[in-house]
Amino acid sequence: MPERTVVIASRTGLHARPAKIFVEAAARQGTPVRIRVGDGKPVPANSILAVLALGAVHGTEVTLDADGPDADTALDSLAELLARDLDADE
Amino acid sequence: MIGTLRGLGVSPGLAAGPVCRMEDASRLSGGPWTAASPAVEADTAVRALLAASLSLSALAEKAAEPEARAILEAQSFIAADPLLQESVEENVRNGMHALDAITAACARHREALVAAGGYFAERAADLDDIRNRAVAAARNLPMSALPDPGHPFVLVAEDLSPADTVALDPATVLAVVTEKGGPTSHTAILARARGVPAVVACRGARELRDGTLVAVDGALGEVRTGIGEEEAAGIMRRAAEKRDRLRTSTGPGRTADGHPVKLLLNIGSAADLGTEVAAEGVGLFRTEFLFLDRRTAPEMDEQVAAYEAVFRALPGDRVVVRTLDAGTDKPLPFLGLPEETNPALGVRGLRVARARPEVLDTQLDAIAAAARAAGVRPWVMAPMVTTVAEAADFARRARSRGIADVGAMVEVPAAALRASRLLAELDFLSVGTNDLSQYTCAVDRQHGELADLLDPWQPALLRLVAECADAGRRAGKPVGVCGEAAADPLLAPVLAGLGVTSLSMSALSVPAVREALAARTMAECEHAARSALEADGPAEARRHAG
Repeated sequence: MPERTVVIASRTGLHARPAKIFVEAAARQGTPVRIRVGDGKPVPANSILAVLALGAVHGTEVTLDADGPDADTALDSLAELLARDLDADE
Repeated sequence: MIGTLRGLGVSPGLAAGPVCRMEDASRLSGGPWTAASPAVEADTAVRALLAASLSLSALAEKAAEPEARAILEAQSFIAADPLLQESVEENVRNGMHALDAITAACARHREALVAAGGYFAERAADLDDIRNRAVAAARNLPMSALPDPGHPFVLVAEDLSPADTVALDPATVLAVVTEKGGPTSHTAILARARGVPAVVACRGARELRDGTLVAVDGALGEVRTGIGEEEAAGIMRRAAEKRDRLRTSTGPGRTADGHPVKLLLNIGSAADLGTEVAAEGVGLFRTEFLFLDRRTAPEMDEQVAAYEAVFRALPGDRVVVRTLDAGTDKPLPFLGLPEETNPALGVRGLRVARARPEVLDTQLDAIAAAARAAGVRPWVMAPMVTTVAEAADFARRARSRGIADVGAMVEVPAAALRASRLLAELDFLSVGTNDLSQYTCAVDRQHGELADLLDPWQPALLRLVAECADAGRRAGKPVGVCGEAAADPLLAPVLAGLGVTSLSMSALSVPAVREALAARTMAECEHAARSALEADGPAEARRHAG
């Protein structure tokens, strides 16, 4: 299954605004995407509760995975989002 | 029950009227519920969550305050979470009634957030609010338990959710009293923004009965029972007169006998100045906004433009620019500072210049250039100055660029204790009471349970302010106060009496502080200051000063 590993760039971590932006983007993808921290259990990236419960702070390494024909496109765009400081775009 | 209840006064003002209690979440308990078919229960539960989500987003749209809007939008988003819905559906498949399924699903996700810790755990309370709204919707009860007795009332509650607070109508809610909550709670912030007197963390509030007349003092944090109709009407009349007076209040800050105390504003950019500036200048121009969200330091030109905009908006007035107050407590990516285990005690404020002196030098260049372009004489101060050597070094850097009025924020007790020596190097001091409290009483500024130790009326804190003011008096140099303390109308005369020459606050706080100063002579202010210093604690200090 295709995967992308990326370091959370947002200053507040995957919380508040950055978490919401990420979850909304994940929900828009054509295929279900999962997210995990390290060897942890993958959780649906389109769930704000699941994403918050990861407790991913600034600098945490997370891994995204997805299946299906759209997987690579979806993973690239979401990984790019996490690698940006989402607190910075006002 | 006759007597006075005490809590934390978080939104100043007087009000009196009949108590109306808000029912707590126990109104939603009951059962046990017998489940119909899983399909029926699932339908009820999912609809209820959707209704909760919609009601929260509708409230978010109505909210005038950006903080409140963000909180409610987040709650609405959580209520619509697909995983929450999945948990509910799983619960009904296991035979649960819709109401129990909602409660259990919210409890499960609440636990997961608490386990994530830190600021993730702070969202756990959102699930309680969502659960209450969804259960109310499923039972066809009103989602908000806010009372509506048909006449103005003093709202008494165990605590208020953000949604309840946003829905408060200042026309009917005379004052708010809660058993729980702290000075930085949503209740406190929103009550202040709306000018509704509020007392939080008020022990014994649950004993107040509907219809009891009470007088609420949102500055002193007192709720007095045993008053009659006539006294209540008198308090409301005086409160209305005071509001009218404050609305029309103008002019410079001065005591009753004409002793000047400058009233200045805390701003973050020219946008905060608004159209009508009812103050005598800016006492704290925070420059962090230019530096936030950056991968690289802002260019000189961009900085010059931002400073010049403020200087040009206030051509004749004093504008005190504070150099960048950042560091490991408020990390900025471009500074490249390593993480620290105890950032409040680490590289922050002026200390950043040890690692990155060029950031400070560029900022000073930009301030000097902006002042020249606008034709003004800027005042510039550094945050977190601790030693005389730091003050001397900062002064040298600023003066070499033609900045004549150079000062320091006093936020560290070490600086307050050496105020006289600092003023030998500098032209003015500005006491930042929020940080000075945290370092004097050794309490994190965000620590809710130790809020009493952060009270600006702590005599030890006032003693350090007095140290600075005395040094200023001896040197003939101005010593101001910025921070929450400067906005407290009860404390303003005390600070003036200590010898503080300016008070810097948000524009909203200026009229009440102006009024408080105008009501006392300087001799009375000095007497109040002596009493406050002699007190053994904040409550006694307030009583003596009042």
